[in-house]
Amino acid sequence: MKVYFDNNATTKTDERVLEEMMPYFKEEYANPSSMYDFSKNSSNAIREARVKIRDFVGAKNEKEVIFTSCGSESANTAIYGVLSHNRNAKHIITTKVEHACVLNPYKYLEKRGYEVDYIGVNSRGELDIDELSSKIRKDTALVSVMWANNETGVIFPVEKIGEIIKSKNPDTKFYVDAVQAAGKIPMNVKNTQIDLLGISGHKFHAPKGIGALYIKSDAIIKPLIKGGHQEFGLRAGTENVPYIVGMGKAAQLAQESLDFENSEVKRLRDKLENGILNSIYNAKLNTSVYNRVPNTTNIGFEYVEGELILLHLGDEGICASSGSACTSGSLEPSHVLRAMGVPFTALHGSIRFSLSRFNTEDEVDYVLEKLPPIMEKITQISPYQDELEQLKLSKNKAVL
Amino acid sequence: MWDYSEKVMDHYRNPRNVGKIDDADAIGQAGALSCGDELKIYLKIENDVIVDAKFQTFGCGSAVASSSILTEMIIGKTVEDALKITNEDIAEELGGLPPEKMHCSVMGHEALIDALKNYTHTNNDNVSEKVICTCFGVTERMIIEAITENNLTTLQDVTNYTKAGGACGRCKGLIQELLNKYSKSGVSTLTPAQKILKVNKVIEEIIAPELQKDGGDIELIDIQDNEVYVKLHGRCSECKKSTVTLKAFVETTLKDKVSKDIIVIELKD
Repeated sequence: MKVYFDNNATTKTDERVLEEMMPYFKEEYANPSSMYDFSKNSSNAIREARVKIRDFVGAKNEKEVIFTSCGSESANTAIYGVLSHNRNAKHIITTKVEHACVLNPYKYLEKRGYEVDYIGVNSRGELDIDELSSKIRKDTALVSVMWANNETGVIFPVEKIGEIIKSKNPDTKFYVDAVQAAGKIPMNVKNTQIDLLGISGHKFHAPKGIGALYIKSDAIIKPLIKGGHQEFGLRAGTENVPYIVGMGKAAQLAQESLDFENSEVKRLRDKLENGILNSIYNAKLNTSVYNRVPNTTNIGFEYVEGELILLHLGDEGICASSGSACTSGSLEPSHVLRAMGVPFTALHGSIRFSLSRFNTEDEVDYVLEKLPPIMEKITQISPYQDELEQLKLSKNKAVL
Repeated sequence: MWDYSEKVMDHYRNPRNVGKIDDADAIGQAGALSCGDELKIYLKIENDVIVDAKFQTFGCGSAVASSSILTEMIIGKTVEDALKITNEDIAEELGGLPPEKMHCSVMGHEALIDALKNYTHTNNDNVSEKVICTCFGVTERMIIEAITENNLTTLQDVTNYTKAGGACGRCKGLIQELLNKYSKSGVSTLTPAQKILKVNKVIEEIIAPELQKDGGDIELIDIQDNEVYVKLHGRCSECKKSTVTLKAFVETTLKDKVSKDIIVIELKD
């Protein structure tokens, strides 16, 4: 049996999305910028997709949406776009738990003379809003905060954060990386102080290679990719018509499935999470049960190492991911879990399971059947037998 | 996804000799929980022959596999022969490890040496136990051994084999110094006279003409071992970026053309 519980990494392309895309590979291959009638269908298709993304993120106007190649491009366009338009303000803020597509541009800018504040999180992975508020200055050009964290699923209150930023400095621009929120929780940017917001198609059942950036009508950026006039002059390059169409369809489907995500997918996630926490004595939840997207759980398995768990899960056909250093190629464990202060005993053995609307109850049951014996086997290898014994005793006591 | 050999997969799936020996004659340890891998090895030794070995490992698939195969390799060996096992032997026995995972074999080797050191009470006190990488607790001796036994030439190699320099990176300068000193390849085996002639030739034919294009010049003053003393003239000497010129161009060119261990030192008038 193959069980795919790694939907925060990427998702399966929905068949209906693929179907919608196909004509734009075959018959409707015209360049949408051309002048003849043949290009009408492809340029109309982009317009329709733009309207669908407008509705998906809750923008006022479809002209506030541009298409990019991925979430990283959206983030880079937003960050460099804001800063190249406003060259005087040299202070920028983000969080310690952002995705690399925001953190690495910030680190680069720090080397180039920007002053940067990285805002921390508490042990439940929740952002320190007071700290963020206190850091906003006259010369703060940009604040970037993710809507939901990719590793933990923890949701940051970006609407409230937007209010705080603008009350302190109306000139500060606010970028929200919504890659992990899109399709999981409702978004409605028009009623918020969010200036820019990025999404990535392949996280909500569109194919890889397509993303979008919302830019509020009064926010001005300079393009990252310069060239032709496409995307209102903000992103050059011939439009990737089939993928744009695909993401439009995927956004529409995701919007329609939001209730399902927050009822059925959440129910399966909770069943998986509770099942693991109840049946495995060295398992503990790395977040609180609240303030999370409905599909994600991040569980620490104490005194065992994550890659070893993933290898054994992989042998049973189960796909998940780990914040362990050993899986990443770098030697450092997850920066998110470290920022949360997850103890060393669980840091290296933390596993993320992320579900989607394509997962089934059978799959959850299968994982709940396979994981306990795997953990039993792995814990026997650990040098921390005494500590594990203690955990077992205290867990049994708690159950009694 | 790591490209693990069949043997690595077999050993993480079915590790041999897991557990501890209560009346062990020697116990060795390497790594730490905070670093993401830790290994304990227990030995039963009779008449200087290892008759039983068991292990406990907190670590990834290749760490478990390295520990598991190591116990198989040493059971039946004399202490003297076991001491000859290197981390390369462990990796080889596993059918190879991905470069980023070589530190797992090093950890196995460290634990074995630690156990036997405790048993024979021989301590390598003559080699410094100075900790170079504080993030992962990697000592100077471990880095030197990794460099010389595995013919490592780059910082990335050292990080792959020992983890040193893989976290905060503050020790990279110290590791580079050890590499310059102990790495075999890239360092020239020229005699002093040959070296002087070659340095002089490279300066005259490659470096000086380049600097002259920008209105500068360079003069070779002296060579002592791997240290090349030069003076910069003309516009180079007034240039605020002369250190950049020196390091980025002069030294790089000499390292490339003559010997990797060359250090260029600027003398002022």
